[in-house]
Amino acid sequence: MKVLVCISNVPDTTTKITFTDNNTQFNTNGVQFILNPYDEIALARAIELTDGGKGSVTVINVGDASTEATIRKALAIGATDAVRINAKPHDAWYVAYQIAEYVKQNPFDLILTGRESIDYNGSKVAGMLAELLDIPSVSIIKKLDATDSEATVEREIEGGKEVITLPLPFVAGTAEGVAEPKIPNMRGIMSARTKPLTVVEPVEVPTTSEIISYETPAPRGQVTLVPADDTAKLIELLHSEARVI
Amino acid sequence: MSVLIYAENADGKFKKSIFEAVSYAKAIADQKRTNLVAISIGDVAADELAALGKYGAEKVLNVSNDKLKNFVNQAYASVIAEAAKAQGADIVVLSNSFSGRGLAPRVAVKLQAGVADGAVALPEQNGGKFTIKKTAFSGKAFAVVELTSANKVIALTPNSYKVVETGGTAQVEDFTVETKESDFKQMLKEIVRSTDKVSLPDAEIVVSAGRGLKGPENWGMVEELADLLGAATACSKPVSDAGWRPHSEHVGQTGIAVSPNLYIAIGISGAIQHLAGISSSKVIVVINKDAEAPFFKVADYGIVGDAFDVLPKLIAAVKEYKASA
Repeated sequence: MKVLVCISNVPDTTTKITFTDNNTQFNTNGVQFILNPYDEIALARAIELTDGGKGSVTVINVGDASTEATIRKALAIGATDAVRINAKPHDAWYVAYQIAEYVKQNPFDLILTGRESIDYNGSKVAGMLAELLDIPSVSIIKKLDATDSEATVEREIEGGKEVITLPLPFVAGTAEGVAEPKIPNMRGIMSARTKPLTVVEPVEVPTTSEIISYETPAPRGQVTLVPADDTAKLIELLHSEARVI
Repeated sequence: MSVLIYAENADGKFKKSIFEAVSYAKAIADQKRTNLVAISIGDVAADELAALGKYGAEKVLNVSNDKLKNFVNQAYASVIAEAAKAQGADIVVLSNSFSGRGLAPRVAVKLQAGVADGAVALPEQNGGKFTIKKTAFSGKAFAVVELTSANKVIALTPNSYKVVETGGTAQVEDFTVETKESDFKQMLKEIVRSTDKVSLPDAEIVVSAGRGLKGPENWGMVEELADLLGAATACSKPVSDAGWRPHSEHVGQTGIAVSPNLYIAIGISGAIQHLAGISSSKVIVVINKDAEAPFFKVADYGIVGDAFDVLPKLIAAVKEYKASA
């Protein structure tokens, strides 16, 4: 089985998000970039599914050369090889289009993405990529079992789940539950340096969206503290002041 | 050019998040001085469909056949895109639900549309620019995105737009679409619902607990409080990582982002990753024994105290309030 895992290079989860240039640019100063946590889950499952010579795992990223540290991390975790499409990831459409063009030339049996990237939270690449390739997609999955021809997935729905079977190939966005992220070992880190990383130039594609500016959530006022033995007071405040119960 | 809203049903009923999305789509149609058409796929009773008129839908396209009874991502996306073309709709609105997240990107590609997913406010149209505010950085910020394409797809974050009742009854029409076989590769084996609990993304009140609860055996208090308030239960990442609670309850940057009217956090310190997932909650209550817990900095109301001491008292107070209400 040949598995493709689409990975994003995102700010570390502990990052305090700030902006520059009149709130039009994300301030990357001092920001540590990491492999998107949901993509780590996809990668871990892809490695499990192909473990023991049952296939290969290719990771693909749309990004400039600055993302190579994250790509090498994915190789250290256990990906077989990597592809970087040499362009800024303008938006989900741009990224999905670039990856679809690559996949049309280099077919895969299964394509995984994280359920969303933790920077723009779109969860769009999986669906767009599948639509461009005219294959099925499952938006957010909690479990994935696959043979060479068919897979069973659990899709998250509000208040439950759906169990779905579908033939390969398809695209799925993975969430917690699919696999435990893997930590690279020393051998992985050593071998990551020499694993193939192919750089591909992007194709031209018209864009459909532009980020104009950013806003941070409005700061909240001072907290109103209620004594621990006066919970009735809290309920009263929630009822008559906050009006939420 | 009209506006099309996909009214997703759950077991034949529309939820509040759909009434929000219809109200929101109606406001967009009003901005454009055009009409709002809804589309429903699956088995929904005629009066339930007609009731979408209350929120501003002029017409409801009803797509009901055996093959489309259950959600099939590819086929549903085809039906919605075909309906948009047939109605001459240049804006398609969906709820940013789990299914909506699967549909929006496919519909967008079919219509060559830009997508604003996780929208939290009405679009603004100034000088030919169509901009819309959406969540970004997992709740740590918002991005204002311009959609530059002629067609547009907008997925609305639940609990971010008020339900507005404007009209009366919508006209319900059967709508048929030629479906292609290749759209039906996925097969639904089973739907598993976690009983009658309020689902977390839909909940107006969320009761969430963290490591301060010390172990899964102590969640009875959390569930009791949630049941009394008609709330969903949630938890912090360490709690779901430890297997005390299911991953589907994990709220935060790498879990679910919620925007309830009331978020009650018990025994959660307030790590930046957790705060990201709850920052759009309208009112936040924090109960923590550590007065220095970072969570108090973003709370509206707080109680400094041990969960094991405060929770039983809070449960008693809610019972008393409910008895007197």
